[in-house]
Amino acid sequence: MEKILQVNNLHVSFKTHNGMVRAIRGVNFDLYKGETLAIVGESGSGKSVTTKVLMGILAKNGMIDDGEVLFDGMDLTKLTKQEITAIRGKKIAMIFQDPMTSLNPTMTVGYQILESLVEHQNLSKKEAKAKAIELIELVGITEPEKRYKQYPHQLSGGMRQRIVIAIALACNPRILIADEPTTALDVTIQAQILELIKELQQKIGLSIIFITHDLGVVANVADRVAVMYAGKIVEYGTVQEIFLEPYHPYTWGLLASVPEMEDTSNELYAIPGAPPNLLEPPKGDAFAVRSEFALKIDFEEEPPFFKISDTHYAATWLLHENAPAIEMPAMLKERIKKMKKGVPHER
Amino acid sequence: MISLATLFVILTLLFILLELMPGSPFNDEKLSEEQKELLYKKYDLDKPLQVRYVTYLKNVIIEGDFGQSYTIQKNVDVSKLLKDRLPISVRLGIQSLIVGSIIGILLGVIAAVYKNSKWDTFTTIFAVIGVSVPSYVFALGLSYFLGYKLKLFPFTYDIYSPVQSSILPTFALSMFVIATVARFMRTELVEVLSSDYILLAEAKGLNTKKVIFKHSIRNALIPVITVLGPLTVGLMTGSLVIERIFGIPGIGDLLVTAISVNDFNIIIGIAFFYSLFYILMALIIDTLYGVIDPRIRVAKEGRNG
Ligand SMILES: Nc1ncnc2c1ncn2[C@@H]1O[C@H](COP(=O)(O)OP(=O)(O)OP(=O)(O)O)[C@@H](O)[C@H]1O
Ligand SMILES: [Mg+2]
Repeated sequence: MEKILQVNNLHVSFKTHNGMVRAIRGVNFDLYKGETLAIVGESGSGKSVTTKVLMGILAKNGMIDDGEVLFDGMDLTKLTKQEITAIRGKKIAMIFQDPMTSLNPTMTVGYQILESLVEHQNLSKKEAKAKAIELIELVGITEPEKRYKQYPHQLSGGMRQRIVIAIALACNPRILIADEPTTALDVTIQAQILELIKELQQKIGLSIIFITHDLGVVANVADRVAVMYAGKIVEYGTVQEIFLEPYHPYTWGLLASVPEMEDTSNELYAIPGAPPNLLEPPKGDAFAVRSEFALKIDFEEEPPFFKISDTHYAATWLLHENAPAIEMPAMLKERIKKMKKGVPHER
Repeated sequence: MISLATLFVILTLLFILLELMPGSPFNDEKLSEEQKELLYKKYDLDKPLQVRYVTYLKNVIIEGDFGQSYTIQKNVDVSKLLKDRLPISVRLGIQSLIVGSIIGILLGVIAAVYKNSKWDTFTTIFAVIGVSVPSYVFALGLSYFLGYKLKLFPFTYDIYSPVQSSILPTFALSMFVIATVARFMRTELVEVLSSDYILLAEAKGLNTKKVIFKHSIRNALIPVITVLGPLTVGLMTGSLVIERIFGIPGIGDLLVTAISVNDFNIIIGIAFFYSLFYILMALIIDTLYGVIDPRIRVAKEGRNG
């Protein structure tokens, strides 16, 4: 498969009153053409910051200390402001978490779509308007002409998110970054939006980076999963690999804390403790302090990635040949057994 | 309709309040009791309150007659007195509001866009000074340096060059407006600039200029419009002193004199016009809201049809 985006050794920090926040501490991943890569992790693990780097919309106090983002033969981290502005929205588009706040309340939704078209394609106003109405229809909104003239507050949350998606699709981007696009929506609407995204991906052949902390959603949309913790990716693999053969204790914790639909007798598991303070990132494996499976070396040296299969890697000392044989928690094992009977893709 | 009712209520209140005030227009010690009595009779001041009130209202509503001046310019119609002075004050007020708003918005935008820069600090300091230092201090400073020392502008008001001589008072009055608007504009714009829809506008690939001018300023202006009301009141009170300092023959100057000599009809007349301005301003603000904020416009359209 063709690699469309490559992130190598990315380091990002933010200057704050209390010192430097090391938000991203060496992130590597590839994105292939037409796939959906999910990035999961707790709040504050650096998912949004990673995507903002790709878009070149990092906050003013943030800086890229090291690393590269290769796209289309360019290193996006080295581009001038003008150059990245030209790529943004045209080749890489983004949708955000909260549709209630991501549209400008004083502009018609039609104009907000049109704006993107006019910006990147040499369309006349009339052509652009026709195209915008087409897009409104494409994302599954009825009466597109009427909606075109309406303001965001006249639309429901689900419809607004569809408009945001229409804006993102306006210029046929090659990569779509979706930062928790369904978190703020209620469950039925959530399912519809996910369905829409999947459908559009097939129609247009987009590559999608899907940010979420909802593993249920991941199972539903992703081809591959990267698990992020404290500014690093700790494990990545295909959906099956991550859900059925996870290796990193953090991934175990995440999977164990997903509430089970069928089984109400099970108590809800929560990973103990809180993510580390990124002002002073811990030595070694950042997750060690919260992990019951931590080894001595976890507190001293950072684990490298160990290869499990061609597509599956995990950064944990448990995979080292000298490590004691430690297995995932029994409760998780039980669950996975159950899951294997059903197919994880259909929940 | 509501505005008219408000005006009516204000007029009534004024009438009653002035009645309760101690003192009379004819406090001159040289006047004997009989002379005073005669004067009272002449101006119908001996009649009971209700009667005078009804007559007054009738005159105002039907003939636009606000009565006569008792002392300042004896027996001259208040409406005639105001006719010459009103335009001068109104122009000064409007000039100050416009100049102040424009400069204030500019400063606010610069401060917000270059947050935490030198410009931002400058605006903050300016705003603090502008809000806390009374306008007559600026007035005295301006007229001393620019008027008296540098002779750039007339030192006091000159009826023969009204534009020239309104510049200094305009600036003195608008300091407060500039400071208030700038502070507000900065706060609002900073908030707008950190909102999600600005991130989306950036993500669309719009350049900074478009993001600021098309997506941000209008939205930040909506709350700023709200302060125009209180600012108008501030301008009215400010003008009382400013007109004094520069010797401007406006209604503010007249009002101060009228109050000190209990020239009731003039006081009521001017207060009436002040209320009228304020109500007009409120109407304008309302309309502006509709123009600038589609949420309100759409709601109104929905109601009407
Ligand atoms: N502008 C900023 N200034 C300082 N710190 C920042 C800034 N933006 C992000 N951070 C820090 O970077 C870290 C990663 O934040 P990020 O928003 O990427 O988390 P996330 O994984 O997207 O979390 P969530 O699930 O809550 O969206 C956090 O510790 C956050 O406090
Ligand atoms: Mg986030």
